[in-house]
Amino acid sequence: MMCGNEALAEAAIMAGCRCYFGYPITPQNEVTSYMSRRMPEVGGQFVQSESEVAAINMVFGAAVVGARAITSSSSPGISLMQEGISYLAGNELPAVIVNIMRGGPGLGNIGPSQADYFQATRGGGHGDYHTPVLAPASVQELVDHVFLAFDIADRYRNPVLILGDGVLGQIVEPVEIGPREESDLPNKEWALTGCRGRGPNKIRSLVLGENELLKHNHALQAKYRMIEQKEIRYENVETAGAEILLVAYGTPSRTCRAVLKKFRSEGYRIGLFRPITLWPFPYEALAGAARATRAVLVVEMSAGQLVQDVRLALHDDQKVVLLGKPGGEVIQTSEVEAEVEKLVALHNLKRR
Amino acid sequence: MKKIFSRPNSLKDVETHYCGGCGHGIVHRLIAEAVDELDIRERIVGIAPVGCAVLAYDYFNFDVTEAAHGRAPAVATGIKRARPDLIVFAYQGDGDLAAIGMAEIIHAANRGENITVFFVNNAVYGMTGGQMAPTTMIGQKTETSPRGRSIQGEGSPIRVAELIAQFDSVKFIERCTINKPKNVTGAKAAIKTALKMQVEGKGFSFVEILSPCPTYWGLEPRVAMKMIEDRMTEVFPLGQLKHVTDTAGNK
Repeated sequence: MMCGNEALAEAAIMAGCRCYFGYPITPQNEVTSYMSRRMPEVGGQFVQSESEVAAINMVFGAAVVGARAITSSSSPGISLMQEGISYLAGNELPAVIVNIMRGGPGLGNIGPSQADYFQATRGGGHGDYHTPVLAPASVQELVDHVFLAFDIADRYRNPVLILGDGVLGQIVEPVEIGPREESDLPNKEWALTGCRGRGPNKIRSLVLGENELLKHNHALQAKYRMIEQKEIRYENVETAGAEILLVAYGTPSRTCRAVLKKFRSEGYRIGLFRPITLWPFPYEALAGAARATRAVLVVEMSAGQLVQDVRLALHDDQKVVLLGKPGGEVIQTSEVEAEVEKLVALHNLKRR
Repeated sequence: MKKIFSRPNSLKDVETHYCGGCGHGIVHRLIAEAVDELDIRERIVGIAPVGCAVLAYDYFNFDVTEAAHGRAPAVATGIKRARPDLIVFAYQGDGDLAAIGMAEIIHAANRGENITVFFVNNAVYGMTGGQMAPTTMIGQKTETSPRGRSIQGEGSPIRVAELIAQFDSVKFIERCTINKPKNVTGAKAAIKTALKMQVEGKGFSFVEILSPCPTYWGLEPRVAMKMIEDRMTEVFPLGQLKHVTDTAGNK
């Protein structure tokens, strides 16, 4: 039994990460304190940085020499890291960044939230870039995603985000964390390790030659297209034949699962589509799951961000309805149930 | 005939983009010579700043990375923590180090990271067109202090070397200049000592080099060199502020 924050920290160590850099912020402080105890035990490095700006640049430094590095923070801190994430993307450096989201904007509150969806899925910093975004819904999945995030980061030489919320960070669940099979990952020949036996390596995103930055961007975009082809992940829960489709990720997907169970037991045809990668977003899979439905209810702890991707997937179909709750507040089962009841009445849906 | 002077192996045989009379080329060469003499070219990683020296990775013949504006000491921390066997230096200008990167330099110094920072202070922003820097002198006219810098409202020139000298974790600080051959020799010695201290694991080392910017000082190169002697060294006194040779207190 472990809380999400501690479990993700241990998973990073199991994944071979020996560099953690971070700055205290609620609700992810368990990661920082766990790493401060644990990293020295495994010969790793822990630095409590002077800011999130410094933390992400320390991650940048570790990535430059080919080491696996991770940082964690929560919404306001992740905003400060955006410059560094853009540099990681521009320099094609692998790294893992965990955002245990809290309510915003501004200092907001420390309640669980999903309000950084746009920031995470649309790049977040300056320039045309993307970071793969993993959205776990349980402590075990969070652990699995840490391993996966490092692998995706190394495979594509790109920063990867894990997007959780305060509930996921704090919740205590049974979890298995063990060493995983070695993945077939490319050698880091680009890393700066001292130029013994080779010409100097350079890590740079400044590209001034005529058309050179255009070419660099085209290469980045080609990589993003490949990630879109290969790394989309999602879960269909009883979507076959569903008349109402719930769409949610992370903590609200757990609430939706409970609601689904209740309505299924009453004979209603209801399903749940859970995006696991938020970028690349499973547009086609969602369109498939929603094809025969009467209504699609998007449930998110934000004011209407996920719903935009759902509308993109469904070509702005009018059957898409939003239950969005911003402000760092958890969506209660009763709130989702009430929305489902409304849809049942509106479409005159029958029990089977 | 015996060859007694040549380009250091650590410096590439390329033309630089620096203006005539700029000090960066000299400082690059001194670093390259020190790296050669310490025989660390194959295990050194340099960090180029944002500013005039942004293209330093094109000039050094060893591994170099860029860093976001001001963040080089944090990047150096990450590199050194991940690979303590590598020798790491940050090369930074006054806007990079003393304005936007003040937090990073202060805290890397205070943590006693076993890294070396070369701080090229020419009292002005160069790359962006001659704006006021944190080290711009009182009365000095720049693009953004057209009436001359004043204490009230624009502040005094910040002496970063003196600022970090208070930290026990900082083991070597010297301020030098390159305005004449004797001082160039002194700067070279300071640069070499700073790197050597890192090689020996002695902790944070910092060399500030007062450097001319004829372009944005609006002076001929020779006059700019003299300006360092006449004005700059009064605000930024030359000399060794710190040289701790024992290893106590190091990580």
